[in-house]
Amino acid sequence: MFDINRWQEIFQTLRKNKLRTALSGFTIAFAILLFTLLFGIGNGLKNTFKKEFAKDSMLSIYIWTGRTTKPYKGLQSGRQIQFKNDDYKFLVDKFEDKMQMVSPRIERNVLAIYKGEQNNYNLRAVYPQYLTLENAVIETGRFLNMLDLQKRSKVIVVGRLVEKDLFGQLSALGKEINIGGISFKVIGTFSDPGGDNDERFIYAPFTTIQRLYGNTDELNSFGLTYNPKLSVDEAIVFGNQINRAFKEKHSVDPRDQGAIRVANYAEGNKNVSVMMFVLNMIILFIGIGTLIAGVIGISNIMVYIVKERTKELGIRKALGATPKSIIGMIMLESIFVTTLAGYIGLLIGTTILKLLGSSLEKYFIINPSVETYVVVGATIVLIIAGTIAGYLPAKRAARIKPIEALNDE
Amino acid sequence: MIKIKKLHKSYPMGNDSLHVLKGLDLHIKEGEFVSIMGSSGSGKSTLLNIVGLLDTHDEGEYYLNGQLIENLNEKKAAVLRNKFLGFVFQSFNLITYKTALENVALPLYYKGVSRKERQEIAMEYLNKVELGDWANHLPSELSGGQKQRVAIARALVTQPKVILADEPTGALDSSTSHAVMELLKEINREGMTVFVITHEEEIAKETDRIVRLKDGVIISDEKTNKSVKA
Repeated sequence: MFDINRWQEIFQTLRKNKLRTALSGFTIAFAILLFTLLFGIGNGLKNTFKKEFAKDSMLSIYIWTGRTTKPYKGLQSGRQIQFKNDDYKFLVDKFEDKMQMVSPRIERNVLAIYKGEQNNYNLRAVYPQYLTLENAVIETGRFLNMLDLQKRSKVIVVGRLVEKDLFGQLSALGKEINIGGISFKVIGTFSDPGGDNDERFIYAPFTTIQRLYGNTDELNSFGLTYNPKLSVDEAIVFGNQINRAFKEKHSVDPRDQGAIRVANYAEGNKNVSVMMFVLNMIILFIGIGTLIAGVIGISNIMVYIVKERTKELGIRKALGATPKSIIGMIMLESIFVTTLAGYIGLLIGTTILKLLGSSLEKYFIINPSVETYVVVGATIVLIIAGTIAGYLPAKRAARIKPIEALNDE
Repeated sequence: MIKIKKLHKSYPMGNDSLHVLKGLDLHIKEGEFVSIMGSSGSGKSTLLNIVGLLDTHDEGEYYLNGQLIENLNEKKAAVLRNKFLGFVFQSFNLITYKTALENVALPLYYKGVSRKERQEIAMEYLNKVELGDWANHLPSELSGGQKQRVAIARALVTQPKVILADEPTGALDSSTSHAVMELLKEINREGMTVFVITHEEEIAKETDRIVRLKDGVIISDEKTNKSVKA
């Protein structure tokens, strides 16, 4: 295989038969190029899909309250259900092993003022672990921590757009913002892939806000992420369990749809995962289709090449070439060309995908790319196909009597 | 050098079979210059193919250089061809994309000679057929006579025991034919056994011994009178 003489002979044959070499190389390169592009675009679609449906953590469950719609156990309908701090304890005690994190939440619409600038924002009082629920990324400073909650510090973390609204090009970090007459210090800023709305939130320590506004133990809602070990179906069951438990605790009719509300992302996940599966199948289908086309192309060319060379092979045999050396020569040529061409196709394909980059975003294609192992795998499939396609006619050519090959004009 | 006893060969033709060689006996000694004469269909090409190990025989015995040829697999045949036999074909059978020098060097490649040595030896033989200046030309740039001389150089390059020439002048005009025959004669004078197949009386007359073949049997085997060699 690594006999230098043999490689010299092969390189010479390839060099002197440029058209033939280019043709088979082109087939392979083109197949791999198409494969890479189609697969990359498919992945781009998948990325769009993921982004659209994965704004917040995919494992989230939100729980909030409303008025009862049905009388129950002697209680009238229209009664407002109110979560309190003991509901938080209740949730943690009862479902701790099924949750990754949980945070109570108080939401207020507030007017925030900094020097001449002012604007209305959604203030959310939460626990530090709430950050994971939102998929938010801290850009400067830090998020809330437990010490802030213990000390009931007057600190806030603001969204990127809050900073832009109130501070323009300046950094908000360390500045004091007036919210409802009380001064809060900005300790961090964040960005959020969820979009503009999610970047206009202000986060404050749960305990601080609970004390400042009303000084009660009331809260609005809970946000939690369920244990990733739960399957989608188990997570849906878990959401229903929470719903039932709170209805029982607050004496709400189990059939009451208004008093306790649970938004479970797992339900959406189920649809998303089905869609993802379909999308994956389509991509797989495209990939396999392209590969088959490539395999057929290279097979045809190999058969043609061997046929075209019958006479040459006969001459070589008459001059003392063994069948093995004939087969070896054709196979090595084929493997060499397909490997090189496959690599070129792969390079061109990935380069085009890189250049396309974000320019196709309006066609719902985000970051089109292909995993290296997929393309390498595809190239290997074509190499093997080309080898087999070359092997069969090569074997026949090697077996043919030299005299017949020589008479083949 | 070549010894054939009761050689038979037939080709299947549908349900029938065509009996081409019907029990040939032939003995060619080392250093002989022999021609096989016969019209087309006489079996002369079949004989050459069998002698050249390009085809197998059905019955009889064939000794090449004292070695009984039987049950030859493709690999052994290839090695023997490379070692003992040099071919010259009517249609030259040069590889079109290789230069004259590379064509001559090719048998040495299959003999396992290194590239540099191959080039040197091939050049030496090209000079011998007076085509040293054409070493880097492709066959398409050469005349018929030149092509055949390249083919002869290629046949000689492995220093075989026998040169087998199948209608070596069939595609050449008479003066070039004569030049090619002179070259073969010269090679023969150096001690090489040369075995020519032809249907042209003129060509056969230039050899030392003429074996006439008709319908698969030898009808005559005689030395030419101009022969000066034993």
